[in-house]
Amino acid sequence: MEDLTARTAEIPGVKCAVHYKYMCSDPGQSLVREKIVEEKLDGLVVAACSPHMHMKTFRAAAKAAGLNPYLVEIANIREHCSWVHEPKTEMTTVKAMDIIRMSVNKVIQDHSLEPIKVSLVKRALVIGGGVAGIQAALDIADAGHEVILVEREPSVGGKMAGLSETFPTLDCSQCILTPRMVEVGQHPGIRLYTYSEVEAVSGFLGNFSVTIRKKARYVDVDKCNGCLDCWAKCPSKQNQSEFDYGLGQRKAIYVPFPQAVPARPVIDPKTCIKFQRNKCGVCLKICKANAINYEDEDKIVTEEVGAIVVATGFKLYNIGKKQDTPGIIGYGEYGYGEYKDVIDGLQFERLASASGPTSGEIRRPSDGAEPKNVVFIACVGSRDPAKGIPYCSKICCMYTAKHTMLYKHKVHDGQAHVFYMDIRAGGKSYDEFVRRAIEKDGARYYRGRVSKISEENGKLMVSGSDTIGGEPVEIEADMVVLASAMRPSDGAKELAQKLKIGYDEHGFLSESHPKLRPVETTTAGIFVCGACQGPKDIPESVAQASAAAAKVQVLFSKSELTREPEVARIDEINCAACSACLRACPYSAIERAEIRDRGGNLVKYTSRVNPSLCMGCGTCVSVCPSKCADLEGFSEQQIYGMVNSLI
Amino acid sequence: MSGDFEPKIVAYLCNWCTYLAADLAGTNRLEYPANVRIVRLPCTGRIDFNLIIKAFEMGADAVLVSGCHPGDCHYTAGNYHARRRWILFRELLDVMGIDLNRIHFAWISAAESKKFQQLMSDMTSRIREMGPYTGYREIAGIEP
Amino acid sequence: MNLLLGYYPGCALHGSSSDYESSIQACLQAFKIRLVELNGWVCCGASAAHSVNPLLSKSLSARNLAIAEREGYTELLAPCPLCSMELCKARHTILEDEEHRKQLSDIVELPLQGKTRVINVLQVFESIGQAELREHVKQPLTEVRAACYYGCLLTRPPKVVEFDDCEHPNSMEGILEALGASTVKWNFATECCGAGMTLAREETVIELSHRILANAVAHGANCIVVACPMCHVNLDMKQEETRKAHPELPQLPVYYLSDLVGLAVGLKESQLGVDKHFVPAELDLLSEPAETR
Repeated sequence: MEDLTARTAEIPGVKCAVHYKYMCSDPGQSLVREKIVEEKLDGLVVAACSPHMHMKTFRAAAKAAGLNPYLVEIANIREHCSWVHEPKTEMTTVKAMDIIRMSVNKVIQDHSLEPIKVSLVKRALVIGGGVAGIQAALDIADAGHEVILVEREPSVGGKMAGLSETFPTLDCSQCILTPRMVEVGQHPGIRLYTYSEVEAVSGFLGNFSVTIRKKARYVDVDKCNGCLDCWAKCPSKQNQSEFDYGLGQRKAIYVPFPQAVPARPVIDPKTCIKFQRNKCGVCLKICKANAINYEDEDKIVTEEVGAIVVATGFKLYNIGKKQDTPGIIGYGEYGYGEYKDVIDGLQFERLASASGPTSGEIRRPSDGAEPKNVVFIACVGSRDPAKGIPYCSKICCMYTAKHTMLYKHKVHDGQAHVFYMDIRAGGKSYDEFVRRAIEKDGARYYRGRVSKISEENGKLMVSGSDTIGGEPVEIEADMVVLASAMRPSDGAKELAQKLKIGYDEHGFLSESHPKLRPVETTTAGIFVCGACQGPKDIPESVAQASAAAAKVQVLFSKSELTREPEVARIDEINCAACSACLRACPYSAIERAEIRDRGGNLVKYTSRVNPSLCMGCGTCVSVCPSKCADLEGFSEQQIYGMVNSLI
Repeated sequence: MSGDFEPKIVAYLCNWCTYLAADLAGTNRLEYPANVRIVRLPCTGRIDFNLIIKAFEMGADAVLVSGCHPGDCHYTAGNYHARRRWILFRELLDVMGIDLNRIHFAWISAAESKKFQQLMSDMTSRIREMGPYTGYREIAGIEP
Repeated sequence: MNLLLGYYPGCALHGSSSDYESSIQACLQAFKIRLVELNGWVCCGASAAHSVNPLLSKSLSARNLAIAEREGYTELLAPCPLCSMELCKARHTILEDEEHRKQLSDIVELPLQGKTRVINVLQVFESIGQAELREHVKQPLTEVRAACYYGCLLTRPPKVVEFDDCEHPNSMEGILEALGASTVKWNFATECCGAGMTLAREETVIELSHRILANAVAHGANCIVVACPMCHVNLDMKQEETRKAHPELPQLPVYYLSDLVGLAVGLKESQLGVDKHFVPAELDLLSEPAETR
C-alpha cells in the first residue's frame, strides 16, 4: 500500500497522496477534510471500495470541507481489483495503479455542480374514481394536500360500486364503498370532476398542467339540489343501464345508481325525447332549482398539479365474436351475446346485488325464471394465448367461488357447477374460502375446459371435459356465467400516451420497477395504482393506491424539489437542431427550442434539456452527430480523460 | 511469444447492472485475471462507439461493452439504443477492417457475478491466444 | 369461368366415395372448371402416417405438392378434408421452416417451394362467387332447409388451413343461400362424427352421428350438407344403423355440397351420383314432412 501511495503521488496533477486503513471511518473522513483544507485541494480521488458503497460518504466529507461534492471520484481498487485478483503480484498492483490514474484523470476534468432545484405545486390529480382512485384521493387529501379527482362516469365508485358481496368475507360491497364515496364527495380538500376526462397533459414533475374536458351534463351541478324528481318523472324509461351491464333499464335523465356521488343526474341525449324529437321537456318543467339546461356544452378547464396518480381500472374481455382490439379473439362457441342466459361475471354481480335489476334475486335474463343449474366457467380468455390473452386475471378463481356461494345462499335447491383450469387462491383466507364453496356450499368443480355451449330445448347444453375424472361432461344448464379476462379499461393506452408513461403489450400501464418501484412510472411524478397496472383484487388495489398516495406525500413533503445535477446539457450555440436526441430520450426531457435575439427575431433552433425531467442516462450524448450533447459527471472530456490515461 | 503476452482489455460497463455484477464478483471473491480496466458509464446508451476506437488507439487488445439485459434497463430503453447503434457500427468497423473478434458485447445483470467472472476469464484467455492487436495501428497508420 | 385446377382425389374419391367425385366433376363442369388429376400422386398417409411417423406423413404430402408445383398449378383442389389438411400442414412447414423444407425436398427428390395453394371444395365455390352462382341457378332450392355440417377437419387447425372461422364457420351457408336454399342455425356444425372410428368402434360413431342428426332435426333442418367423404359415410351409409339404435330419428338426406350446387344448376341426380346415396335424397322428397319418410 505504501508503494501504491508513493506511486500515486507521482501522477501528474496529484498534490498529495495519503494512506489510511479505514478511510470511510470517522477518523478517515476527518483526515480527508483536513487534507482538503490544508492542501487547498480542488479535486479528490478516494482509492477504496465501490462508488456504490461510499460515494455519498466522501461527497459529504468534501462538502463539509468546502469542496464541491461533484469534484470527488472513487477509484474502485477493492471490488474491482484486490478482491478479485491474485494478491501481491505485479499485475494486480499495475491494475490498481491504472485504476487510480484513470480516476485522477477524470477528476481533473470534473467541475463543480449544484443540485437542481425545481418548484413544486402541492396539488395532486387522481385519474379514475374507482376504489383505487378514491383511496388515493382520500389519503392525499387527509395528509393536507389538495386533490383533483377526475372520473369519466357520472358518479365515482367504479366497478366496485356494482359488486354484490366481496370475497373472502362476503361483506356487502356498497356498504363498505359508499361511505368512502360520500367522504370523497364532501372532503374539503378534494375537487371532484365527474363525467369528465383528461384531455391533455403537459409539464413535468411538480409542475404538470392538465386539461380536463367536462362533458355536457345538461344539468347544472351547482344549481341542482339532488332531489332527483326529474329522475322519477322522466318518461323515457327503457334504456339499457350501463351500470347494470344491460340487464336493467334506466331513464334518459338519470343517476347510475341511487347512492351516486355526486347525487346529480345527467341527461343522455341519445335516449332523451327532448333531444331526439324536441318534445317532452318534463324535467325542465318540474325542476324547482332550475338546473336543467338543454343548451349545455362540453367545457374545458385547466388545472396545475404537482403529481398525478393514474387509477383507470379495468374492463372485462368481450367474450363474443366481435373484438375491439386486433389480436384478441372471441369465444364464438360460448354463445355470449347470442344466448341471453350466458352472462359474464360483472352481470352476475348485478343479479346478486340487492340494488340490482332483480333486487338481488337470482333470475335469469331470458325469462326471469330462477335457474336451478348454473354453470360457471373460469379462465374465459385468461391464460389462453390463442385468444390473445396469455396472462392470468387473478381474481376469477376467487369471485367464481364467491358466485357459487352467493347463488347457493339464494337458491337453496340450486346446483352450481364450475369448470376451471387451476384454482389460484393465494392470499389471506382465500383458499379456505374456495374450500368452503366446494365443501359447505356444494359447488361441483370440474377441472377442464368447456368446448361449446349450445341451446337445446330451452336449455343451455354445456359440453366440457373433466380431466381428473377423464371423461366428457355435459350439463343442461339454466344459466351460464363466464369469468372473463380482465383487460385495461378503454382509453388507457391513449391516456398513457398523453402522460408519456409506458404500457405493456396488453395495454396495462407499466410500473418503473416490478419489485422495488411498483407504483412509480418511468415519468417522475406520475404514479399508478389499481387494475390499470395489472389484474388485481380490491385489497391489492387499495394497498397500491395508498402506496401511490404515500409517494405523492413524500414528494409534497418538501418546499421545492432538488435533483442530482448529473444530467445532460446541450451546447445550444453549436446544436444543429437535428432532433436526434429528442427521439432517443426515454424521458421526453429534451425539447426543441428557439433562440431569439433581443429584437425577438429567430436566430436558430436548438435542442434543450429540461433538467427537471432528465434522468442522466446519456443516450442523447451518443446519438448527437455534432457532439453538442454531453452528460454532467460522465462528460466526453471525463471519459476520454480516463481512456487517455490507459497507456 | 504469446505465452508471455498479457492483453489489455477495456470494459465499458453500465453503472446499474454489469458494474454492480463486477462489484458482486468482488464481494464474493470470484477471482479472474487482472487484465481488464473498467470504465463506469451510467448506461450502455451513453456509450459512444468512438470510445471503442479510442480504446484501441490507446493500445487495448480487446473491448467489452456490457449492460443490463434487454428490458431491464435502468433508463427503460438505453440498452436498446446501444444495441441498435451497435448493429450499424459493427458493419462500419468491419468495413474499416477492425477485427470484430476483439469486441465483445454482453448483457450481464447485477446478480450475474459468476457470469462476469467467467466472461473475463474466457475473454482474457481468448485474447491471449489471439496475441496483441496490431491491426488497429496498421489501419490508423500509427508507427509501432 | 374456364379454369383449370389441379386435382388431388386421394383414396376416398377413387374408392368408397366415388359418388363424391362424380358430383364434383359434373358440378364444376357446369362452371367450366376442369379438374386435372395430379400425375403420379401418392396417398396422403391419412390418419395413420402422421400418428406414427410425422416425417413420413409430411414427405408423402410434400411429394404431392412437389408434383403440383412441377406441373405449374397455382391451386390444388383436395376435396377430402383430411387430405387437404395434410397437404396444408406440409405446405405450412415448407413455407415456415427452411431447414425442414430442404429436408423434405431431399427426401422427395424434387424441388419444393410451396408455391401451390391447397384448397377445399368450399373455396372453389367461394371463388366462383355468390353472384355467378346465382346466375347459374336453374332450379332454386326453395325446399331445402339445410344444416351445414363442416365436420371436425375443414376449419382446423385454423393457423394451417386458414379457412373460415374455426368454431363458427359460415361459408357453406353463404353458398347455399345463393342457390335459394335456407339454412338452419344449429349446434353441431363442427362437431366430430367419429370419422375412421367407424371401423373400430362402430357404437361410438353411431352415438356421435346420432347427436348430429338429431340436433339438425331439432333445429328444423330437412337435410344435412357435408363436404367430407368420411362424414358422408357416417351420416348417410350408417344412418340405417343409427336409426335402429334410435328409432325416433327420422330419415335425413345427406348431400355433398356439390350435389346441391349441381341440382340447382339443373344437373340430374344420376349425373351427380345422388342416386347412389343410401338414404334416398331426391329433391322432391324434401317437400314432404319428415315423419312420413
